Amino acid sequence: MSILEVRNIRKSFEHTEVLKDISFSMEQGQAVSIIGSSGSGKTTLLRCLNFLETPDEGIIRVNGETLFDSAAAESRSDASIRKKRLHFGLVFQSFNLFPQYTALENVMLAPNLLSKESGTADRDAIRTRALELLDQMGLSDRTDRYPHQLSGGQQQRVAIARALALHPDILCFDEPTSALDPELTGEVLRVIRSLAEQKTTMIIVTHEMSFARDVSDFAIFMDGGIILEQGPSTELFDNPKMERTKQFLSALQS
Amino acid sequence: MFGEVTLSLLQGFWGTLKLFILTLVFSLPLGLLISFGSMSHVKLIRFPIRFIIWVIRGTPLMLQLLVIYFGPGIILHSNIWGSGDTGRFVAALTAFVINYACYFSEIFRGGIQSVPVGQYEAGAVLGMTKTQVFFRVILLQVVKRIVPPISNEVITLVKDTSLARIIAVYEIIWKGQSFIKSAGIIWPLFYTGVFYLLFSGLLTLMFGWIERKLGFFEIK
Repeated sequence: MSILEVRNIRKSFEHTEVLKDISFSMEQGQAVSIIGSSGSGKTTLLRCLNFLETPDEGIIRVNGETLFDSAAAESRSDASIRKKRLHFGLVFQSFNLFPQYTALENVMLAPNLLSKESGTADRDAIRTRALELLDQMGLSDRTDRYPHQLSGGQQQRVAIARALALHPDILCFDEPTSALDPELTGEVLRVIRSLAEQKTTMIIVTHEMSFARDVSDFAIFMDGGIILEQGPSTELFDNPKMERTKQFLSALQS
Repeated sequence: MFGEVTLSLLQGFWGTLKLFILTLVFSLPLGLLISFGSMSHVKLIRFPIRFIIWVIRGTPLMLQLLVIYFGPGIILHSNIWGSGDTGRFVAALTAFVINYACYFSEIFRGGIQSVPVGQYEAGAVLGMTKTQVFFRVILLQVVKRIVPPISNEVITLVKDTSLARIIAVYEIIWKGQSFIKSAGIIWPLFYTGVFYLLFSGLLTLMFGWIERKLGFFEIK
């Protein structure tokens, strides 16, 4: 059974159809990269998966459980969406760390709130896990720093730890290095690469083509709101079948 | 004489202080409520609220004091405020609360709307409720942003309380002026300035302290 199954997602803003009938699926432990030019709908697709946008039509299933079905009204309610979101983690292009909390507090905030709600408050365990994650991100000496005291690359690594702290089934990256100086890009890509090596299930929207080719098992090329081509990443990057995909990839290389 | 005047002005300043404190107590929460109204997605709420804010910010506070004090008498043919000192004080307080709530509401609106939408989204994807996001993530950022403009308004309010004199509310200017009639001296009226100056100095120090307290983090 696929860990994620997306069927016939459509989404329009005003009169512009941004996603036109998107369907794909992925397996546990896979890293899937989504590439395509700006405005092709990549980010909107990620936002739909994280319920930051509600698709107009379509079905989203995780581990066989239907999280969203445009035909079923109850799957759109606020309360049900909150729980479903936890299947996904999202790392934003602009990090969006909470400025008034230290790196460690940023990672611990949501797990603490959730555990308090379910009455299983174990602050020590949450703290230990948060410290482990920050250590894994190479930030063990930065845990008490506030976001403004960190470089962009460090902030993004805190954001990755924050997303991982909730044990998402699928971790999504929305152009995680686009807001970074080229010299800081590497440290974030290294972290994502190591997550891929640990078989973290991930969807990565990126403009870093060589990185996407290396790290992802599967690649999706989006163009004008549709999936124009998808396949194992080595195939898609080295032997694209569609003329438009070839054009896109070669334009980037030149 | 100096001691006597000082003591008397201190009494008058108590009237000023009462008006100042009560205005803040009521106008700050009311302002927050009005700011939510002015940001409402419902046009039937948003438009009337914005209209009221426009009227209040667009007319002099002194005129509002007169309208609120005398208006009900003219329209309803009865003085809802009563005739005594308390009635005039409540009328003045009402005018100040409405006026300052409108100004505060615009400061709150600016503060709330300046928090990047990414902060709400980051909270949401971490499974936080809207209430949790507001109180745990948004609120302190709003507070940090609005402390400087709020401190401006609060210091203006200290001096604006003197406008209450127009409907014969007992405060420090009124007291200072009374020496002209009773003793034929004008310096007590000028001396009231010292009280305003000292009090606003105190407030400046207090707001400076709050700003420093919130200096541990920075916002884009």
